Amino acid sequence: MVRDITLGQYMPGNSIIHRLDARSKIMLLIAYIVFIFVAGNYVSLLLMTLSSLLIVMLTRIKFMMYLKSMKVILFVVIFTGILNIFYGTGNVLWEWQFIHITDGGLSNALFVTIRIATLVMVSSILTFTTSPSDLTDALEKIMKPLTVFHVKVHEIAMMMTIALRFIPVLLEEADKIMNAQKARGADMESGGVIKRIKALIPVLIPLFVSSFRRATDLAMAMECRCYNGGNGRTRMKQLKFTVVDLVGLLFCIVIFTGVILCNIYFKSVMI
Amino acid sequence: MAVIKAENIGLVYGAGTSFEKTALSEVSFEIEKGEFIGIIGHTGSGKSTLVQLLNGLLKPTDGRIYLNGKDIWEEPKKIRNVRFKVGMVFQYPEYQLFDETVYKDISYGPKNMGLSEDEIDERVKKAAEFTGLKKELLDKSPFDLSGGEKRRVAIAGVVAMNPEVLILDEPTAGLDPLGRDALLSQIRDYHDANKNTVILVSHSMEDIARVADRILVMDHGKKIMLDTPKNVFSKGRELEKTGLRVPQVTKIMMLLKEKGIPVNQDILTIEQAFNEIINYLGSKAEG
Repeated sequence: MVRDITLGQYMPGNSIIHRLDARSKIMLLIAYIVFIFVAGNYVSLLLMTLSSLLIVMLTRIKFMMYLKSMKVILFVVIFTGILNIFYGTGNVLWEWQFIHITDGGLSNALFVTIRIATLVMVSSILTFTTSPSDLTDALEKIMKPLTVFHVKVHEIAMMMTIALRFIPVLLEEADKIMNAQKARGADMESGGVIKRIKALIPVLIPLFVSSFRRATDLAMAMECRCYNGGNGRTRMKQLKFTVVDLVGLLFCIVIFTGVILCNIYFKSVMI
Repeated sequence: MAVIKAENIGLVYGAGTSFEKTALSEVSFEIEKGEFIGIIGHTGSGKSTLVQLLNGLLKPTDGRIYLNGKDIWEEPKKIRNVRFKVGMVFQYPEYQLFDETVYKDISYGPKNMGLSEDEIDERVKKAAEFTGLKKELLDKSPFDLSGGEKRRVAIAGVVAMNPEVLILDEPTAGLDPLGRDALLSQIRDYHDANKNTVILVSHSMEDIARVADRILVMDHGKKIMLDTPKNVFSKGRELEKTGLRVPQVTKIMMLLKEKGIPVNQDILTIEQAFNEIINYLGSKAEG
């Protein structure tokens, strides 16, 4: 059930994308997302989609996994797609009372659907190829300048690491407690919404209690190992920019320039 | 007639995927009404999986399980009734407590069974008495109790459902020796007083030898033997192959016998060993 969700799951490997520095991956992802929205017509969007497909191939992770991660947000994609059908101008193709479908609307719907699908795909590339600890390390490095504004960057990164680390633990714990309450005759599979929510109380309370217990234990263990925040802390695995990162940067610059050029020379789709 | 009968049961997790793992295969046995069964095996031998199959929390991928002669998965919608009849106390059950007072927490199971208020009240009080919980604790919050008391509350919560078969998965894990002895005697007393079937899962030979009528030995998801403690421990070599040991006192008696001292080696507890050695020394002094 919960375990089947692949969105944001690290898959170890040794592809060229895996070897990219986590910092460049994050920065390039942000740039990529911006340019997916900058792309204003089919030609430039196609350029973005095809180049992301190329990167997907380079990760050497089964395409099935990407499709699975898209399944989770399939509803959002379909919903925005359908909504866009009704908002558009141009030649009316079909009309019923206040609803009218235009060729512009259909085109908008298709455009938005491709856009979102590409968006999810590139985001999956980051989470599939970067281990959670690299990811939070990189975020900490990237956010470092914010310390000027008294943002507790290290603390935020540490909280994220711990939260990610404990997701599977909590899932397992929830499973255990659910079984224990089922053994005492808890009925979580039938009844209305209210009844089902009430049936969850015997699971949620022990789960909360044990989360707090774990938090206390972890804090104690960290203090015993003399953890006192990020000041003066060094890392065993240093993040390093390499030639691969340079190649990645150049690749993206080429694609982004292409998108801008296509935007200038072709007509915009969204009306 | 056997209360529980397992017929060639097996369980494969994630069948057909790359995570496929056989947890249990071709296990068959019969447990008679009123028996005290001990299940033993080292970590990962499938003993916890086995007991979760017995009360319908897991569904076997092979074979059948009968409760009083009826296949428990015959009507999957009524599996809750099986769980009422086969009560299950999980490992570290104190982490499942949730209600405001000890009394309410113990009454959760009976309430789910749809019993009347009076009946629930009677059962809660009886269960609390069986597990040695003092009356004044019943109105306290379960979160204010000590670890040992919490565990008693959790066990009482299952005992209050008055199950025909009571399964306890490592009930003494993490308790101090005194607490462990007390809990084991209480479980044995409960069994003797109610004449119901009890299944105790443990990896401590000492614990099981003290209380069980028959011992089921598990290894790598398979049944190795099901026999009386004496017979099981007489096959010491076979046990050692599965990574288990006979109880320390039994081992000492075996070694004494090997040294040529004529003592009985079917000894399971320290008291028995003590008496046996005293007898031997007495006869030696006379002779």
